[in-house]
Amino acid sequence: MTMLSRPVYGVLTPQTGKNHLLIADADGASAITDFAKKAPPGFFASAEIMYLDGPDGAKNVQALKALSPARFYQGPSIAAALPRLRQLLAESHMGLRLYVAGTEGLIGQIVQIANEAGIEYTAVQTEHRGSLARRVQCVHCKGITENVTTQPCTCAHCGLLLLVRDHYSRRYAAFQGVCINAEDPTEIPPTEEIFR
Amino acid sequence: MKAGSNRIEAVVTNVVAVNELVKRFHFERADGGLLPTFSGGAHIVVEMRDDEKTRLNPYSLMSSPLDTRDFRISIRRDDVGRGGSLFMHRKVKPGDRMVISNPVNLFSLDLRAKKHLMIAGGIGITPFVAQTSQLAAGSGNFELHYAVRNDALASYADVLKERHGSRIHLYRDDSGETLDLARVLATQPLGTHLYVCGPAGMITWVRNTAAAAGWPAERVHFEHFAAPQPGKPFDVRLAVSGVDIQVGEHESLLEAIEAAGLDPPYLCRGGVCGQCETNVISHDGKFLHNDHWLSEEDRQSGCKIMPCVSRFEGKSLVLER
Repeated sequence: MTMLSRPVYGVLTPQTGKNHLLIADADGASAITDFAKKAPPGFFASAEIMYLDGPDGAKNVQALKALSPARFYQGPSIAAALPRLRQLLAESHMGLRLYVAGTEGLIGQIVQIANEAGIEYTAVQTEHRGSLARRVQCVHCKGITENVTTQPCTCAHCGLLLLVRDHYSRRYAAFQGVCINAEDPTEIPPTEEIFR
Repeated sequence: MKAGSNRIEAVVTNVVAVNELVKRFHFERADGGLLPTFSGGAHIVVEMRDDEKTRLNPYSLMSSPLDTRDFRISIRRDDVGRGGSLFMHRKVKPGDRMVISNPVNLFSLDLRAKKHLMIAGGIGITPFVAQTSQLAAGSGNFELHYAVRNDALASYADVLKERHGSRIHLYRDDSGETLDLARVLATQPLGTHLYVCGPAGMITWVRNTAAAAGWPAERVHFEHFAAPQPGKPFDVRLAVSGVDIQVGEHESLLEAIEAAGLDPPYLCRGGVCGQCETNVISHDGKFLHNDHWLSEEDRQSGCKIMPCVSRFEGKSLVLER
């Protein structure tokens, strides 16, 4: 039985709306090209695609541009795209629909920013593709460690060895990490790579 | 909720004719204390003892939630209704004692909203009078669009304009003024919540227009108390109590159950809240569902009925009550 707060993702589905913003990283591009096959004619004339390509995105960029979105943005990372995204949402009106596809870290952070801008998570279309690496918040020092693939993991801020829980915070866009050996810090459980 | 804990002995302290169709009634506690706290959008149920007959009708509170020395409701006279509004208009006078319920809010503001967009039609303005007072006190961002037949029937338009100025937009049907809803919806910032109260046709229009403009359903709030419709009398067996009743032409099923001495749960008496939902044990005939509560699946299954507003036509109906 998974924890209730553990996000579940669907398959991108076209929504009724005035404008559409589609955001993807890495393999999320293929979710958008798959989505395009079932989108109504003319859909991309009122759509913007933001693609965070990472190291090997060139061929994905071509495929996404071929959809002829009204606007296309390409950036190297979520962090680099955030100021633009915040600005875009602040200027948007009701009728904008949001779609996010790609890594779990991307989806979580976009849903978090969308919520701050006034789009509830229930209104965001999400589809997971690619890495399951987690953003983990250390419940002790509150620092967030990015791209966690192991269980347990070491907090990049305070150095505690953390059990990565399925307990997820939409507000922080992070899974919760709890010290795994608080009773006896010399006890070091084996580390497994499980969030691929 | 037991009706016994939900009754407030009140005195009518004022009756004001707002215009030719609408009267406002002020209630204070008979024992002089403050009335319960409420939030904008809440309603009370007013008990009307009209000779033999007792009616319990819901009305939105339209006084400010910041002042609970009295409760105020505004009632539009309905000459062809079941008689509740006519009773209030013709028989209720200042000084009368009446029983009212605690406030219940089924149409509350979502205070996470970055902006509140309100659409009112006719007497549907009443919950918004309270909500705008509440929001203005906390510098909440809102905009109200109010459609009326003409100036003479524009209840509280003057008061609202005076209180809230350019936030209030009035549309008078007789002057050919119409609300360009699609345009209004298209210019709202992200994070806006939409509220509509008015005639059923208006609510449907607003919900459909908003859905077509890409507003998520959870952003669209509406309230329409369905008045119980008259219909052919029908017989009902209440299996748990072992009582057989007949529902009269001008009586709701809920009222008939109460008249038989039972104390079924209810809150809104208008098909909205779901409190009186009742299981059907067996039936031979067809349901006339008039509520806004049951899902399409519930209706298809024939297993549930909302006795406050819905009726039945046929040979037999047995309820788990």
